[in-house]
Amino acid sequence: MPVTRGFLGRRRGHEGRLPPGQYDTGAGWPVLTAEATPVVDTASWSLSVDGLVERPTTWSWDEIHQLPASTYVGDIHCVTAWSKFDVTFKGVSVDELLDAAGPLPDAAYVMVHSSTGYTTNLPLSDLVDGKAWVVWEYDGKPLSRQHGGPARLLVPHLYFWKSAKWVSRLELMAHDRPGFWERNGYHDRGDPWLEQRYQGD
Amino acid sequence: MSESIDDVRALETTWTTGRIIEKDHPTPTTVRLRMHVEDRRRHRPGQHYLIRLRAPDDYTAQRSYSIASDEDDPLVEFLIERLPDGEVSEFLADVAEVGDVLEMRGPIGRWFTWDTTTPALCLVGGTGVVPAVAMARAARRLGRSSLLRVVAVGRSPEELAYAEELARAGATLAWTRTDTGERPAGPPTVDELTPLLTGTELAFVCGSARFAAFAEGLLLDCGVQPGAIRVERFGPSG
Repeated sequence: MPVTRGFLGRRRGHEGRLPPGQYDTGAGWPVLTAEATPVVDTASWSLSVDGLVERPTTWSWDEIHQLPASTYVGDIHCVTAWSKFDVTFKGVSVDELLDAAGPLPDAAYVMVHSSTGYTTNLPLSDLVDGKAWVVWEYDGKPLSRQHGGPARLLVPHLYFWKSAKWVSRLELMAHDRPGFWERNGYHDRGDPWLEQRYQGD
Repeated sequence: MSESIDDVRALETTWTTGRIIEKDHPTPTTVRLRMHVEDRRRHRPGQHYLIRLRAPDDYTAQRSYSIASDEDDPLVEFLIERLPDGEVSEFLADVAEVGDVLEMRGPIGRWFTWDTTTPALCLVGGTGVVPAVAMARAARRLGRSSLLRVVAVGRSPEELAYAEELARAGATLAWTRTDTGERPAGPPTVDELTPLLTGTELAFVCGSARFAAFAEGLLLDCGVQPGAIRVERFGPSG
């Protein structure tokens, strides 16, 4: 591919921390959504884990807060090329939810559903062993509606479209099937370090 | 609705190149590039391209930009806002010249697109007018302008790109900082929007995060169902 005449680029001293093609968005946190931002009130909020599990389980807002809390501090990466460093989210590890529901041996993939109808798919292996959370606090404050509040999924090692806003359901499946953006031309897995942005990458 | 959020077909794209054929600055903060794209593919109004810049040491920076042009235009047109400290937008606005070749990939995105047959309203602000321009151009080519209503919001006529073209196409223009005599300065209201929504089945919102939040709220206040609203927002949140 051709070098762009006159372009030198701006390096900001983040070698080893910025995946290829990403830039540091700094203090800002861009909002990208395909749909109208829903109003999800915590009184009617619930999260279910179902599909290929021994015990399909649903938590209310109060019930999920009874689970052991867990915090993520680190970086997040969006397919639209911004990365954000040193963010803090608080919620519950997906491991806790899966421990309660008991995945069956043939469960290998998860379809994540939002209350808006948004979906995104992941291998189960990308959601276990401390790699994923359902979070409701950002930077010590309740997660705002526009960023997926009251609760969103957080899968920081993958591009952020996998971290579904307004998460309502994790459906365990034996076979993979594409979610919303994955059908819309995005890569099936979305590893920022491999630059798996779009189909064909 | 003609499609659900779960009903969007996949389309694989690869990197190609585009040459800048025309460049101008329609407003003080924007640059318009008209490009010849190698191995160009058909696009739907509302889709975008990635533009990628490459330094001599292979460092790259890429951003996504909405297409302003129609299918039948031999060039692919973009309007890019020059963001303060914007690594890519400042380069495109200030350094890039006619004749330069850039890496490109697209068209991408099949959700925020108009199928040219569903009656729809665009409520767009600032450089968020771009997909509405592509939709209006497609509607005009197909003789279906009555299917598409555009409400474009800007601070003033001087600051909104494509304002004259949209006005000629019958769009409603709302100035938040300019009092026109016919219309006091301010954002569009429920009373202004409601008659334009009659018979529409879809609403497209495009603009900054702040504008999109306003526009979604206004559409909901007008009785539009959340599932009939498609949003493309950009820039930092407040």
